[in-house]
Amino acid sequence: MNTVQQIEADLVAKLVTERAVPEFSAGDTVRVNVKVVEGTRERVQAYEGVCIARKNAGLNSSFTVRKISYGEGVERVFPLHSPRIEGIEVIRHGRVRRAKLYYLRGRRGKAARIAERTTGRAMATVAGKGKGKKAKAAK
Amino acid sequence: MRTGLIAQKLGMTRLFDDTGNHVPVTVLKVDGCQVVAARTDEKDGYTAVQLGVGAAKAGRASRAARGHFAKAKVEPKRRLAEFRVAADAVLEPGAEISVEHFAAGQYVDVSGTSIGKGFAGAMKRHNFSGLRASHGVSISHRAHGSTGHSQDPGKVFKGKKMAGHLGDASVTIQNLKVVSTDVDQGLLMISGAVPGPKGGYVLVKDAVKRAAPKDVPYPAALITEAAPEPEAPADTAAAPAEADAPADKPAETSEQQD
Repeated sequence: MNTVQQIEADLVAKLVTERAVPEFSAGDTVRVNVKVVEGTRERVQAYEGVCIARKNAGLNSSFTVRKISYGEGVERVFPLHSPRIEGIEVIRHGRVRRAKLYYLRGRRGKAARIAERTTGRAMATVAGKGKGKKAKAAK
Repeated sequence: MRTGLIAQKLGMTRLFDDTGNHVPVTVLKVDGCQVVAARTDEKDGYTAVQLGVGAAKAGRASRAARGHFAKAKVEPKRRLAEFRVAADAVLEPGAEISVEHFAAGQYVDVSGTSIGKGFAGAMKRHNFSGLRASHGVSISHRAHGSTGHSQDPGKVFKGKKMAGHLGDASVTIQNLKVVSTDVDQGLLMISGAVPGPKGGYVLVKDAVKRAAPKDVPYPAALITEAAPEPEAPADTAAAPAEADAPADKPAETSEQQD
């Protein structure tokens, strides 16, 4: 490991202790709490949508969240370890067979649905918001 | 005017500042940056310090170079450079400069040799837009186009931008901000890019176009406790940290070679 990689690894370790990253992957519905500055005040804004891509590259890791906002598709790419993100909540795990869900861009409504995954990895990370999803996850 | 220092470019990464915004930084390593010779007004007609950095194999150094290093009682260095300094900022040969020489938030100028690109066309070398992709253009899509007028003046003006050798030139980038320094490892984090490849040596100096902050050590931040002149309070506070720096040196150099 060279010095630059060491610096990046140390920084990732520090950032992860400050804010843990839940286990999630493409197809999961996530809520990202983003710190936004309005004038002098800082508040937290939630951005909720489907994670359609993860990029795993240490400090440079990022993930893309897509949602339909007022009938318009919106995608935001977040640096995974950015201090501007207060927290990431996993709302729902999705069952998908691709690592990158770019095909969702061409779909709307019913065609863009993703089936829920109730078994397998990281079932405990779901934030459990309403309608017994947590109960389902526990099974 | 105080000396700068010689550093090795290790590569680029990103850091996050206090507000969480990301800052692209170049990581520079200062590894045994020692004064090899001093130039004085009486002897040389100007005042400067010659610094050396890196470890060269003694057997590969020429006999003349070995003599030069032996005179200053320093190990043979890979890269030598002179820095013009004020008469009161001349340093003793053998003194080792620490990265604390530069303070976080300070602006510096960084000089290095840019990566050579070989013989490059006008598009790459001078950002010409080239010729059109279609509309009758035939096998000259990346040509520079016209080089001048007709019978009057009847020549191509000197200095006309054309294809030629690009890169491998001495480049100075001014006003780069020092983001942070790491005394233990001898690292300097500079905001933005600096010229040259990874592993290349660059010269870091105080910015000529911006006033240096008041608390930077003058004439220099030295690693040995027996610094020739007692300096600013900031420097004396840093002295204990500097003292254990040489102990870490061998470990980290071996790590870098991996």
